[in-house]
Amino acid sequence: MKLVTVAGPPSCGKTSVIIRTILELRARGRNAGVVKFDCLSTDDDERYRTFEIPVGKGLSQSTCPDHYFATNIEEAFRWGEDSGFDILFTESAGLCNRCSPHLKSVVAVAIVDNLSGVTTPRKVGPMLKTADIVAITKGDIVSQAEREVFATHVRIANRKAKIIPVNGLNGQGAFELSRLIVESANEVSTVTGLRLRFPMPSAVCSYCLGERRIGAQHQIGNVTPLQLEAV
Amino acid sequence: MTESDRALQALVGDSADRPIKDEEWDLSSITIVPGVDKSGKPEAHEQITMQKGEVVCIVGPTGSGKSRLLADIEWLARADTPTRRTILINGREPDPDARYTGNRLVAQLSQNMNFVMDVAVREFLELHAQSRGIDMDEARVGDVILAANELAGEPLSGDSQLTELSGGQSRALMIADTALLSSSPIVLIDEIENAGIDRTQAIELLRGAEKIVLAATHDPALALLAQRRIVIANGGIRSVQARSPAEEELARRLSVRDEFSRSLRNALRTGGDLDSFLDPSRWAPSECP
Repeated sequence: MKLVTVAGPPSCGKTSVIIRTILELRARGRNAGVVKFDCLSTDDDERYRTFEIPVGKGLSQSTCPDHYFATNIEEAFRWGEDSGFDILFTESAGLCNRCSPHLKSVVAVAIVDNLSGVTTPRKVGPMLKTADIVAITKGDIVSQAEREVFATHVRIANRKAKIIPVNGLNGQGAFELSRLIVESANEVSTVTGLRLRFPMPSAVCSYCLGERRIGAQHQIGNVTPLQLEAV
Repeated sequence: MTESDRALQALVGDSADRPIKDEEWDLSSITIVPGVDKSGKPEAHEQITMQKGEVVCIVGPTGSGKSRLLADIEWLARADTPTRRTILINGREPDPDARYTGNRLVAQLSQNMNFVMDVAVREFLELHAQSRGIDMDEARVGDVILAANELAGEPLSGDSQLTELSGGQSRALMIADTALLSSSPIVLIDEIENAGIDRTQAIELLRGAEKIVLAATHDPALALLAQRRIVIANGGIRSVQARSPAEEELARRLSVRDEFSRSLRNALRTGGDLDSFLDPSRWAPSECP
């Protein structure tokens, strides 16, 4: 089975792009499914079902979403193999921009949208910076110049990725993205032993363990003090 | 310092502001090599070659495959899209990596596009130029604004806020900016029917900038501005029609009508005298509504 990790900021069009891409793959006889990773709740599984795309859902609830991804990707992979998919997509929202689900030797797709502002590509962090493919959405509603400026900022953030515009609404670019994914994705026999492309943040601090009180005496473990200069 | 800290530092350092300088397209023509339609039937037309400064119109019902044709061009298809078409640049198959260059082959203009940046026109043009590694002096800003003002009724200035421009002003600025600042050698125009701009002049501006202009439209005035029309049906190119002398005359009359409406609108807007619009020596009744 081929495995693809897809990540991007909330509401950038990840689900729409994956749906359009899977429809293109299906039209060419390839069987694909999705595991949607989210934090508190998601209705996106219903959207996949509308298109009869097999979907599994994982909510991280009270644990960090990217840690949750790392600890559950083996289960997601097993589900994909048992379901007999040719390609398994994982979809996860980059919630704090600090982490990324991308794995070495697994094709990594980042999705960002033209409406998010030109400096966003540089703020998004490892999920964009370590991606192999960057799909840029919502290009149909902004000007040519803004598309060009945005794409340049994506390239400044990630000089190696293949950049491709995709329209999640009408599917323009989804065929091309599906081709690119099929060409770039390796057959993966197991995810056990694979490495994350980028390490997770230094933990653990007292707040990771449920502390709610403010104050130095309540803080243990990894603490990074903020120092603001006098004005 | 943990492994995590080191990785983050390296990652952030990596995105330092080294400028991006893409190779510009050196394009004098593109060629569409026929493929197949939705039923798998071969397209019957000869190879279609379009030269710099040429305007070609694409017509066909909604859903007939206009977008697919444009996507084939943008993607530099190599018989690897559903239509099996191949796109040649300057008569040759381009390098496969050209698909992912930062400089897109096709710039797009449509009525549904808006400015979302919250900056003044001057700053916007500077940002666009900067993203291409061009120096934008006051003279170049002035050129783009001048060109935009020739297309729209109400003038804009470098200090105008992008988000406060009217529909016509926005469209005019997008076209002027695409003509003068975009590196894409092909411009796709999709539905600019009611954009409040002088379309003939807009097309002339793009042609003058040595762009290949592809216009997908149902509007006869725009369609007949092109020397050739590509007719799409069932996902394939059904025919390529050259503009006949009779159609040229039709185009001329339609442009007189356009000019009539525009002048009338401007006269109305400025509180001018409308009586002259009934003067047959100025506007021939046979050609105007």
